Amino acid sequence: MKKKTIAMCSLVLALFIASCGGDGNQSAPSTAAPEQQAGTTESASYDPKRGEGKFDETNVTVGALDTAKAANGKTIAETKCFSCHKVTNEKLVGPGWKGVTERRTPHWIMNFITNPDPMIDKDPEVQAQLELCLVRMPNQNLAEEEARAIVEYMRQNDGAK
Amino acid sequence: MLYKKVSVALLALVSLYAASCKPKGTSNAVSGDAAVKTYVAPGKYDEFYNFVSGGFSGQLSVYGLPSGRLLRVIPVFSVDPEKGWGYSEETKPMLNTSHGFVPWDDLHHVEMSMSDGVADGKWVFVNGNNTPRLARIDLKTFRTAEIIELPNSAGNHSSPFGTENSEYIVAGTRFSVPEDGSNSDVPIDTYKDNFKGHISFVSIDKTSGDMNLAFQLKTPGINFDLARAGKGKSAGWFFFSCYNSEQANTLLEVNASQKDKDFIMAVNWKKAEEYVKAGKGKKQPVNYAHNKYNEETHTATSEMKKEVIVLDITEFPDIVYFIPCPKSPHGCDVDPSGEYIVGSGKLAALLPVFSYDKIQKAIADKSFEQEGYAGIPVIKYESALYGEVEKPGLGPLHTEFDANGNAYTSFFVSSEVVKWNIKELKVLDRQPTYYSVGHLMVPGGNTKKPFGKYLVAYNKITKDRYLPTGPELSQSAQLYDISGDKMQLILDFPTIGEPHYAQAVPAELIRDQQLKIFDINANKHPFVTKGEKESKVTRDGNKVHVYITAVRSHFAPDNIEGVQLGDEVFFHVTNLEQDWDVPHGFGVKGANNAELLVMPGETLTLKWVPDRTGIFPIYCTDFCSALHQEMSGYVRVSPKGSNVPLSFSLGKGKGAQ
Repeated sequence: MKKKTIAMCSLVLALFIASCGGDGNQSAPSTAAPEQQAGTTESASYDPKRGEGKFDETNVTVGALDTAKAANGKTIAETKCFSCHKVTNEKLVGPGWKGVTERRTPHWIMNFITNPDPMIDKDPEVQAQLELCLVRMPNQNLAEEEARAIVEYMRQNDGAK
Repeated sequence: MLYKKVSVALLALVSLYAASCKPKGTSNAVSGDAAVKTYVAPGKYDEFYNFVSGGFSGQLSVYGLPSGRLLRVIPVFSVDPEKGWGYSEETKPMLNTSHGFVPWDDLHHVEMSMSDGVADGKWVFVNGNNTPRLARIDLKTFRTAEIIELPNSAGNHSSPFGTENSEYIVAGTRFSVPEDGSNSDVPIDTYKDNFKGHISFVSIDKTSGDMNLAFQLKTPGINFDLARAGKGKSAGWFFFSCYNSEQANTLLEVNASQKDKDFIMAVNWKKAEEYVKAGKGKKQPVNYAHNKYNEETHTATSEMKKEVIVLDITEFPDIVYFIPCPKSPHGCDVDPSGEYIVGSGKLAALLPVFSYDKIQKAIADKSFEQEGYAGIPVIKYESALYGEVEKPGLGPLHTEFDANGNAYTSFFVSSEVVKWNIKELKVLDRQPTYYSVGHLMVPGGNTKKPFGKYLVAYNKITKDRYLPTGPELSQSAQLYDISGDKMQLILDFPTIGEPHYAQAVPAELIRDQQLKIFDINANKHPFVTKGEKESKVTRDGNKVHVYITAVRSHFAPDNIEGVQLGDEVFFHVTNLEQDWDVPHGFGVKGANNAELLVMPGETLTLKWVPDRTGIFPIYCTDFCSALHQEMSGYVRVSPKGSNVPLSFSLGKGKGAQ
């Protein structure tokens, strides 16, 4: 008799639960967007000496000034850079270029100018600069060779021979 | 015994409770899970791009499905001050026609470019109903790339429907008119003798998309409504719905509805193409514009074409056959297999379904009516008919298909969408629309491979659906889930007017091919400025050319003097940015024009004719940075003959350091 009572109560409970259940929810039909990297002051994996990107001391080497490359870099900069940067230490929209190759390694510069956004989000010194300039460095879609040529021009501008 | 009684009572009680938990009516069902089906979380993407004709706005709108979010409004036949479309010197030629600059049209229908009977995501073709034109929109830039005018035409309505591989886009006349030329001034009541229809076959270059008016079919003065190419076995044929077979010229509401039946016109376009290639078409002198935008020079050009090849269908007995159809048919839709052709008379209470195989047999057997129509064979109704859907609803307009052998037809008068099986001709479901649905759309529903998940009904009346907005209310689209046996309304969203016709394609077909910037180094605009060092102002008689650059957050130059009253000033603005979605705007105080919106790496020109002497601010109209307000300058206009020298500068002057 007790078993029957328990069985009956279980059946009642099951019916109760089933009768009040809603339609099964289907997952939202959407294509996942590319993962947006959260902005943080400093990521633990971020190396401020290297920046973020594919360039480092193994694939960016500098030697005696390559004047042809520097001239090409200047031409590219006249179209893509000089609206915001001067070649002196004077700020225009962004900081002046004078001395940048003494403060930064060539590969850091190349990582930054080929893809500024991740570094603006992570690099503490770049963030400090943003607070002064109040304009994010845009991605000017520089090809690798263009970025390298611009670095050569920066070196020339800093007196490299 | 008492135990049993208690048990039965408990069961009864629970059953009653269970019943009371069931949803009451469809509104509960809709609210229950509809929102989940249409929710696309912030930062996530919709499954489909939905291209919707803007009707008399002259624009094409782009929505995402299932969210119903409006993504973009693309100007095509109408000017757009937001984008400078039709206002910049580069885009004015796009709206040139034989009538001159026509800055508006009634953008009626939408057709995706196709490969092997399915959308390929390259282009969208749209038609202008008023000043007969076809346009092609590039889906890498979401801009209009080409517009071609159509001669001998009026009311470009059964258009811009395409063949299985986009060999041709067709355009048929809704209003018959005399042929273009000096003989077109005729009494209106000579309609039956002098007014003709013309169906344009515009060929599409497979690689570039370039349009060319290959030939026209000249027909009696019938009104053409819609069209659809065959598929698979019927791919060499086109089917057009026709009304006004009475050839009336006044009070068509009455006079074009006298007969019980009008026609579906079956066209063997492969045969017509053969005749054209064999030189059988007549060359007729005409005058029409062909406008193309060049992505290298960022400039459109307009060329006037002078000739068209015409085949008179009454002279070629094997190109065209008429099939009787209940009067005033609107839709003319071909199922995914290419076998069934659904006509739907707007005033009829039944839906005829014709069979391609039976049509071919009828032609072979010469199973025609005793009397042709203007010398063109009329296939007997029964000889072409597969069957009829009985009592489907009132006012059938348009039919599309899912992947399971079902059809979906919109009913304007009874304001519903009806699902029915093509083979069995049985109604399976009907759902109300709010209100008076015109066209509907199943993604891929016009192709060989429909996606049987969603259907959208495009409605004309929306009172009581949304918050009211004065005498004119929003129009609407309603999204149904058609993946089950019964259709389920899951979303209802306002649209720009008029959402007449639409198609949708999977987002992945288009999403990853987007052009992000114009490469400044590839810019071949004749007035490009590739860097601030090159900016300048030059005078050429009374024309002043300002080569001006825009970058966050200044123009170069931003101080210009020496312009004189009576000059025409051309601001050639080059955006030096090379990052995605960093446009700069350009406006001038008091300009009798609009403003420009210049994309990264692009050059656009604003023509400005100052109307008085004085100082005119120029400024960036698109908020581009924290110092956007500071992105401004001045132009000084002096009297004609003034000795103020032409000069320009940036960053110089008494206030500068």
